[in-house]
Amino acid sequence: MNMPNSAASPNAPVLTNGSGAAAILAAGIGSFALAVLACAGDKLAAVKNSLIFYKPTGPLSGVTASAILIWLVSWVIFEWRWRNKTVGIGRIAVIALGLLGLSLLLTFPPIVDLF
Amino acid sequence: MEITVRGLWTLIHGMGFGALYLLACSGALVELHRFTTSSPPSVATPGQERFFKVYLLAMVVLAWATVLTGAYVVYPWYRAAPPPGTTALAMFPQRLLMSSSTTIGWHSLGMEWKEHVAWFTPISITMVAFVFIRYGRDLKNHRQLRAAVLSFAVASFVAAGIAGFFGAMINKYAPVQGGHTIQLSQGEEK
Repeated sequence: MNMPNSAASPNAPVLTNGSGAAAILAAGIGSFALAVLACAGDKLAAVKNSLIFYKPTGPLSGVTASAILIWLVSWVIFEWRWRNKTVGIGRIAVIALGLLGLSLLLTFPPIVDLF
Repeated sequence: MEITVRGLWTLIHGMGFGALYLLACSGALVELHRFTTSSPPSVATPGQERFFKVYLLAMVVLAWATVLTGAYVVYPWYRAAPPPGTTALAMFPQRLLMSSSTTIGWHSLGMEWKEHVAWFTPISITMVAFVFIRYGRDLKNHRQLRAAVLSFAVASFVAAGIAGFFGAMINKYAPVQGGHTIQLSQGEEK
């Protein structure tokens, strides 16, 4: 549920948490996108070839450039929607940290080899 | 005493940007915790807060400089394919590591993990810097936001640590070398 901003007492937040939540969730999504693209590029030759944006660097160039684009676009969208709102930060933080944890696991080669 | 251009770039990437980032991490974690907790000792002057914002921005620059020089300057030299029939692999670090069962793990585990996990560092620290610059000391009034920011800061440190460890070990077993030689000093013959 979104609520208006308030600064009634010295310990009450001056700013709404929407902007911070947007940045945190976008960071989780960007990290997860990078891990999924890296995993897909490792397993599927067609994906691997399509991710070669800069030949000397190979598929890593496409994996990282695409993930950064996803991260920034999602950040802009969430920021635009939540900037002046108070959102359920607990749930958003859990999702973002969960995505980050999954990303760390998905980039670990022995786990990638399970797929 | 001399160094090759490729060796110098590897040094700039790892010891310059990467190691400096890792050194900055411990200070950032302590200061983030101090600035954003509610206890009285956390009260900081506007000057200290401004300094910490610049400190975090410097970390953002270091993190991006590390991954970009790694991926677009050093990594192409690392993964270069040797011409068919080449047996001297010293100039082709990836193939050199893969040529022996005792070193292949440094590529198949080390580099394969490092080349991706390292990118979590700039993404995380950019978010951390943005949130701190936006909220400043008001972050102490957002307990869950603060906990998430601190968690991402720790994750950026862990990711940088993994990348730094494997980078150092890979460069020990198969250093990136080649290019022009830069003479640093002239040694005297004994």
